[in-house]
Amino acid sequence: MLRYTIRRLVQLVGVVLVLSLLLFAWLRLLPGGPVSALLGERATPESREALTKQLGLDQPIFIQYFKFLGRAATGDFGVSTGVQPGDSALDIFLQRFPATVELSFFAILIAIAVGVPLGYLSAKRRGSWFDNLSVVGSLIGVAVPVFFLAYVLKDVASSALGLPSSGRQDAIDATRVTGFFTLDGVITGEWDATFNALEHLILPAIALATIPFAVIFRITRAAVLDVLDEDFVRTAESKGLTAPVIRRRHVLRNAMLPVVTTIGLQTGALLSGAVLTEKVFSFAGVGEALAIGFERRDYPVLLLLIIMATIVYVVVNLLVDLSYALIDPRIRTR
Amino acid sequence: MALLEVRDLTVVFQRKGEEPFRAVDGVSFDVEPGQTVGLVGESGCGKSVTSLAIMGLLPKRGAKITGTVRYDGTDLLKLSDKEMRDRRGRDLGMVFQDPLSSLNPVVPIGLQVTEVLERHRGMPRKEAMIEAKDLLDKVGIPDPNRRLKEYPHQLSGGMRQRALIAIALACRPKLLIADEPTTALDVTIQAQILSLMKELVQDLGTALVMITHDLGVVAGLCDEVNVLYGGKVVEKAMRHKLFAEPRHPYTHGLLASIPRLDAAPGEKLTPIKGSVADNIPWSQGCAFAPRCPNALDVCVQVTPAEEDQLGRLLRCHNPVVPGTPAAEEVPV
Amino acid sequence: MVLGLSSKKEKIDGLAESSGTSLAASAWKRLRRSPVFLTGAVIIGIFILISLLSPWLAPHNPADPMLIDQVVKARNEIPPAQPGHPLGGDLQGRDFLSRLLVGSQQTLIVGVGATLIGLSGGLILGTLAGALGGWVDSVVMRIVDVMLSLPSLLLAFSIAAMFARPSQFTVILAVAIVQIPVFARLLRGSMLAQRHSDHVLAATALGVKKGAIVFRHMLPNSLGPVIVQSTLVLATAIIEAAALSFLGLGNPDDRIPEWGQMLGDVQKVFDTHPHLAAWPAICIIIVALGFTLMGETLREALDPKNRR
Repeated sequence: MLRYTIRRLVQLVGVVLVLSLLLFAWLRLLPGGPVSALLGERATPESREALTKQLGLDQPIFIQYFKFLGRAATGDFGVSTGVQPGDSALDIFLQRFPATVELSFFAILIAIAVGVPLGYLSAKRRGSWFDNLSVVGSLIGVAVPVFFLAYVLKDVASSALGLPSSGRQDAIDATRVTGFFTLDGVITGEWDATFNALEHLILPAIALATIPFAVIFRITRAAVLDVLDEDFVRTAESKGLTAPVIRRRHVLRNAMLPVVTTIGLQTGALLSGAVLTEKVFSFAGVGEALAIGFERRDYPVLLLLIIMATIVYVVVNLLVDLSYALIDPRIRTR
Repeated sequence: MALLEVRDLTVVFQRKGEEPFRAVDGVSFDVEPGQTVGLVGESGCGKSVTSLAIMGLLPKRGAKITGTVRYDGTDLLKLSDKEMRDRRGRDLGMVFQDPLSSLNPVVPIGLQVTEVLERHRGMPRKEAMIEAKDLLDKVGIPDPNRRLKEYPHQLSGGMRQRALIAIALACRPKLLIADEPTTALDVTIQAQILSLMKELVQDLGTALVMITHDLGVVAGLCDEVNVLYGGKVVEKAMRHKLFAEPRHPYTHGLLASIPRLDAAPGEKLTPIKGSVADNIPWSQGCAFAPRCPNALDVCVQVTPAEEDQLGRLLRCHNPVVPGTPAAEEVPV
Repeated sequence: MVLGLSSKKEKIDGLAESSGTSLAASAWKRLRRSPVFLTGAVIIGIFILISLLSPWLAPHNPADPMLIDQVVKARNEIPPAQPGHPLGGDLQGRDFLSRLLVGSQQTLIVGVGATLIGLSGGLILGTLAGALGGWVDSVVMRIVDVMLSLPSLLLAFSIAAMFARPSQFTVILAVAIVQIPVFARLLRGSMLAQRHSDHVLAATALGVKKGAIVFRHMLPNSLGPVIVQSTLVLATAIIEAAALSFLGLGNPDDRIPEWGQMLGDVQKVFDTHPHLAAWPAICIIIVALGFTLMGETLREALDPKNRR
């Protein structure tokens, strides 16, 4: 298990290095590049050349890359040119990361809390109108562009339910401890701050949850259908066990195995979806920074955030794989 | 009074847009307390469906069950889902064919034994664990304390089937149904499991319904044998009588197709021609007629009735004359 | 209750053993009767028909700002529905209905283009890796793994941001490249499984050339999952193209409309003129749903596990 973990982490380092090189090369080599990004398309050749020299862009790409790595090792990933001009890219990431973690956490929570029970019921009533409706509903969930749904929630649901339609928290007097606004209120006992943060979270979290929900629902349904056909469920029935015991111990415990894997893969959808959802709700997280960064071609910020997103994605999936080994005795006790 | 009285049990599967399929067609048999009764036939003859119908394990939708299944005087088919749940595992136990897939892969063996004790005998977990250890010991699993904590994949095939037998017998049911309990096992293990079952049902006084396609199993275990074909009982007799003097051409064929160790070198096996796919519906005659060496014209015109012949039930227009050797020799 | 299986098994063993219909044929038989598949097929049929006929169906030129005099920029007003313009105009005073109709064409091009490019890329990589094995396989799979380490939509955003001058083509490319590793893995997996299968071993033993084995035996047998995936990619490509436009990474030239672009471009007026977003959004949802319905039922029909 330890060897497996280490091997995966080494692979991750390799992936990050390759990816950073590719991203780095992309920033430097493509038409436009940082000079055009900073000076605009219509800058004079003289000013271009000056800036190119100043930024060290006239040196060979590998030298530039190693210099970048050297600086990155000290936490210097460059200065933002578009998202929060003048701020360091790392600061922007650190500031905004808790917001996205918080949002993604609630989104996946919603997706699991709704998707798993619905998937189970749907499988139990296979072919019923309830099942058909849920399946079609989940397919529509995948077909709706996330940002459109976010807009609908923002404009329709927020006014109907009296929920705030943008930002992370109102300008209220709250003590900051961890950067997770919902958690801070719990720690300091400022419950109104937690409540206020939750109010801001709920709509973006629902928008972000749709795709993971649809996927988790369908995987749960398929897994439960498979397990219901298994002989050991028939054995459990032949023992006269009560329905709740059969459901929990025999059906769900087995059906959860593929669902857990899916939850790991869905962090990818969360990270991508956060770019769109956070932009709609002006939710000051990593996703919003990426959205603005793409729009304004803020390359230092994009470079850092994309690499971080990749690391998060890979690490979460590694953790999921490890937890999978823990919950499946066939892997654990091999 | 018999412990189990199955009368006219019929199971019809109805799937949307398909012809209804009579898997079991008016099956009747009795099981006396402590007796071992065999249900024998090829796959597709309805023997497994019969057992599932008795246990109340057929799907509610798509399967229409008629007839009566009296256990200790109560008709099991009339019980509610909850009442049947209370009886399964307590009054009736069942052992299935494939021991690996019949055990939950992610739950330790111990819990799979104790859960049935907790459910029906109201034992607290600790007490149930001690009982479970005794049970594993009784079915011949060595080092039961270690095995209780292990998972099915860590046990051998024979061990798993022993564990399943322990589970089925945990609450001392008066009736045990075993559906091909040895088919998925190695030949050497098969004999062990069979002798274990024989020993246990004798010790506990449990009645056993043994479902098998293997006449060898029947020969060693059963008091009475029902031969099923196409969902109907075609011949029923005490074991010795049936083996000594098979009257139905199908039973005769089954016996003739068993390889014998005492056969002369070069002697040929005698398989039954064709397959179940050649059946004709019982309503148009005898389902076995297309494969039957004794078939007459009447066999494809009139449904043979069940006749009682001196303690033997027979459903045939032209039974085998006692003493006839294997009907026809077919090179294998 | 759950126990249809043993009886079903017995029934199949007993009665249906002789039926020798191939997987594809039996899948098709079931699809033809599946109302879900037919719904999807009808949606897509209508969609393709409209996109082909749209130049004749559209009442006006979608690029002509014929109602521009009714657009009041300062008060954020756009032309309302009126005779000759049943859906009114857009922000530039162009006939909205015509833009929606003609938009289907570019949307189809985005979906099909992205799928074809993704499929071809995956076909080349996957076939190389799966058929040759060895170091080719290792190299290809490392590339694929790096691409799969990024959340897919984020990768599409990044690729789209690479281009200094975005266009319809860069949108298609960004969406397509993301699919290459998916197709590559799919094909490689299926080929690896087949390399050791009896029919390939038999062909090798008979001295059939490697190329012939790959193209005549292995590729055709991998088609099922590839068709399913392609159908699903048609849906995601259209949705992802909309997301690109939303982030300002889409085609800035809106003379020839595309639904995703129409939807992504009106974000600033969503609260004042929701119908400008709702119409293209509904079109995208219906078409994406159509492709998804077809893809999912195809997947189910081709799954040997479901062959009952």
